[in-house]
Amino acid sequence: MPSLRAHHDGALVSSIAPAKTALVRARDLTKIHPGRSGSPPFLAVDAIEVEIEQGEAFGFLGPNGAGKSSTMRMIGCVSPRSSGSLEIFGLDPDRDGSRIRARLGVVPQEDALDSELTVTENCVVYGRYFGLSKSLARERSQRLLAFAQLEEKADQRVDQLSGGMRRRLTIARALVNEPELLLLDEPTTGLDPQARHVLWERLFTLKAGGVTLVLTTHYMDEAEQLCDRLVVMDHGKIVAEGSPRALIERYVTREVLELRFADDDRERGYAEVRSLPARGDRHRVEELPDRVLIYADDGDAVLEQAHSRGLEPLTALVRRSTLEDVFLTLTGRSLID
Amino acid sequence: MTAAFAYPLRELGHQWLVYRRSWRGSIVIGLVNPLLFLTGIGIGIGRLVDANHATLGVSYLSFLAPGMIAASAMQMAFTGGAFQVFFQAQAAGSYTYTVATPLSPRDIMIGQQLFSSVRVGLLSAGFFVIQVALGAAESWMSLLTVPAAVLTGLAFSAPAAAWAIGVRDFRHIRTFFRFVIQPLYLLSGTFFPLSTQAHWVQTLAYASPLWHGVELCRTLNLGTATLTGSLVHLGYLLLFVVAGLVVGSWRFRRRLHA
Repeated sequence: MPSLRAHHDGALVSSIAPAKTALVRARDLTKIHPGRSGSPPFLAVDAIEVEIEQGEAFGFLGPNGAGKSSTMRMIGCVSPRSSGSLEIFGLDPDRDGSRIRARLGVVPQEDALDSELTVTENCVVYGRYFGLSKSLARERSQRLLAFAQLEEKADQRVDQLSGGMRRRLTIARALVNEPELLLLDEPTTGLDPQARHVLWERLFTLKAGGVTLVLTTHYMDEAEQLCDRLVVMDHGKIVAEGSPRALIERYVTREVLELRFADDDRERGYAEVRSLPARGDRHRVEELPDRVLIYADDGDAVLEQAHSRGLEPLTALVRRSTLEDVFLTLTGRSLID
Repeated sequence: MTAAFAYPLRELGHQWLVYRRSWRGSIVIGLVNPLLFLTGIGIGIGRLVDANHATLGVSYLSFLAPGMIAASAMQMAFTGGAFQVFFQAQAAGSYTYTVATPLSPRDIMIGQQLFSSVRVGLLSAGFFVIQVALGAAESWMSLLTVPAAVLTGLAFSAPAAAWAIGVRDFRHIRTFFRFVIQPLYLLSGTFFPLSTQAHWVQTLAYASPLWHGVELCRTLNLGTATLTGSLVHLGYLLLFVVAGLVVGSWRFRRRLHA
């Protein structure tokens, strides 16, 4: 009988792992890209551990170059791992890549569609790759285009679609083999707000229907909207893991106070803010060129204090902390290109 | 057998559907151009040749037509192999999503070669029908020029695909087309017998797979093909096909499963 000790937040130790239905299980998963023409090899993914359960929406967050896409490609069985272990549906991608891919849906970063073909044909032709008969592929395409709100465009050529429609078609196409696991690489990058919200709503519907979603994103609002659980990656490593709410609770305060000062008042303002007494152990002040952020559990109380010291900021905003604050706290503000 | 070809056939099916929507361009390079050459040079200049020299033993048109079949097979196969593979391997190209299907990179490559062969075969057959109508088919063996053209095409499309899958800059492919494929088109015995040329030109041409394709098609068309000669040509062409497929399997995997 394995020990079933409950840990701090009630999660069970993974000594009973075989009984769980993890769709993806990675241990020490590492990817080293060989250097091209003289450049040194690049460590893209550095010994990460990930377990993704059936039915959840799981997110990989991180700045560009953090290793999200490399991880996704390994899970998608189109990039062999350099070391460590990886199981998808309990199978090894090195040996059973083709069988695993047959059960996956993949939405790549780029909408690669056949512009010569109609919307329906793009779906049908993809279904044929999975061995579906023409009639079954057609039937499913029709259903999926309705799901993706593209019914009216079914017989139009793809080059007449907007960016949001192309994205929805790419997602509809990825569902044609009825995948158990849907991988989405930056699903809403480059879309306008309306298109993003439509897409989120569709993905939420999918998840409600039992499809396991794995996505990468650098949009924090997207992660908060969609993910049950996520990991933050930086420089190939996982630097934090948990639900959006848990991450906010662990790494930042409940609220953030943002103050902007007039140019001639800024130096004094920042100095006063620095000298405010700490409230709570995660109280923190971050000085930016245009504004100062004060992480505090009670933003209004801090603002009152600032006023009582005679500070007159141009604007003062108290807001709830978001994943973005977690993200910037963990991965820093400097640009990564 | 069926298992090995089931996946590549799916790639062929996809390419075929796309081709059905966009075949017009290929008709120009694969059929109209060679027919213009055939009528313009074959009939026009052919009169001159036939009036002054009888060394060919047949009409110039019958001499030229099988050369044109082989040469345009090469051209179509190179564009089908290198151009298409290059664009399909780009981020917006179809390999981006076909790698996510059960197909392996090798399945994708073989499917591509099958499609290229079907295309070369269809257009060569079209050309051949017109050749027969012009009275430029001299022997029953000339029927075999179509499969010979397909093999000639494969000898170019397989190595071309193997190379193009890893090319990052399309200009390299265009340059190769201009400075290697087009000179080959003109200098591999397509338009004139090599025996009239300088020794070094002949030596160079023997190394060209196109010359072997042209000779194979021509001897079949004229009915002068010998078993040994044909086997040498076949073997030389097959060497390029096999080398292309072997190197291609490796390079497709390296690029698509990076």
